[in-house]
Amino acid sequence: MSESLYEKLGGEAAVDAAVDIFYRKVLADDRINNFFDDVDMDKQAAKQKAFMTMAFGGPNNYTGTDMREGHAHLVKRGLNDSHFDAVVENLGATLTELGVSGELIAEVVAVCEPTRNDVLGK
Amino acid sequence: MPKLTLNNQTYLCDGDVTVLDTLLANKVDIAYGCKQGGCQSCLIRSPNQTPPVDAQKGLKETQQAQNYFLACMCKPTEDMELALLSEEACFIESTVVSLKPLNPETIELVLEYKDELTFKPGQFINLKREDGLVRSYSIANLPSAEKRLEFHIRKLPNGGFSEWAHDHLNSGDVVSLQEPAGDCFYISGKPDQPLLLVGTGTGLAPLAGIVRDALEQGHTGSIHLFHGSRDIDGLYWVDEMKALAENNDNVNYHPCLSGSDTPLEYKAGRAHVEALKAHPKLQGWRVFLCGHPEMVKETQKKAYLAGASLKEIYADAFTVLTEQS
Repeated sequence: MSESLYEKLGGEAAVDAAVDIFYRKVLADDRINNFFDDVDMDKQAAKQKAFMTMAFGGPNNYTGTDMREGHAHLVKRGLNDSHFDAVVENLGATLTELGVSGELIAEVVAVCEPTRNDVLGK
Repeated sequence: MPKLTLNNQTYLCDGDVTVLDTLLANKVDIAYGCKQGGCQSCLIRSPNQTPPVDAQKGLKETQQAQNYFLACMCKPTEDMELALLSEEACFIESTVVSLKPLNPETIELVLEYKDELTFKPGQFINLKREDGLVRSYSIANLPSAEKRLEFHIRKLPNGGFSEWAHDHLNSGDVVSLQEPAGDCFYISGKPDQPLLLVGTGTGLAPLAGIVRDALEQGHTGSIHLFHGSRDIDGLYWVDEMKALAENNDNVNYHPCLSGSDTPLEYKAGRAHVEALKAHPKLQGWRVFLCGHPEMVKETQKKAYLAGASLKEIYADAFTVLTEQS
């Protein structure tokens, strides 16, 4: 059996290494950081880890409904495609920084893409 | 089959079932979320048993040291006592040894306890007045054979507990206290790591305790303590901290004043702003933040953006609750 994307990326250890870099990029990104104000940073980091585990193709229990409900308050505040793109871009930049190949990054982006409509409440 | 004990009830945990699933199957009311070790909603503690390594992944080292673990990730191999976080509400008695002013608005309260109590300087303890009013204060001293606890209490306008402690508490009085809690304390293991500590007001209590604890545990890396207030009356222990810095080459102490008319020996400016100005790159640092909630929140974010890892930023925001009289 061939290795899964999650295994190729290095599993949980890779997620742990990526979370710190990724969340820092998100908070420093003026296009999206206002959506992350006013939240508990430790809880938010735990959420980012859950998100990255999903994006890496790892074990997760997210459903489309979770995605819709979890982001509905942000959609009301104007969350749109440009913000979704910015998050994916930061994810790609994080993986590049960690030396992940372009091929695998494309696979990660492909995992995220189907959640777009649910996240944006379309 | 390992036994789980919680609130005097025993539950059998089948080898391949997690603590969370065992408790849920027995209708125990426990918070949980992702069930995969991510969200940390099901954080729980074992007073008697070191949890399996897998169940402590992602937690702060200070939480790991206190046997905190994630119930959803724990398949126990040994019997475990369990304590839900909200239910560790057992109070013990202590007696007031002394009360003395540290500055015009702050007193040092020293209590003596009889029972066994394990604590780390920097953790906080809930103190209870006879009528049930409870407030949390940080521990400023190191454990010793004397069985004493030292707290710094600032008098707040309409602060029911602090006004009472300032005006009505006397030596010999009895005060109830709870088990120490909180994960803002020093952990050994990286003795050469630089430490940044920023506190406002009585945030110095935990921070001074943490610095002394670090030194006692042989910390050799540089230690930078920034203590801030608006004016001189809000600072205290200036001479003590100066002496600590003089006697330890790796300790640097910076009292900061954000009001006008700053005497020469103080830094002019807000403690957290000055700290980040002096140390703009914090990759590999350990950071401790105590005091005003806004300061703590803002600095936590800035320290993280400056490169400190989230797990190495220990923050204790002093939320103020006042009684309407």
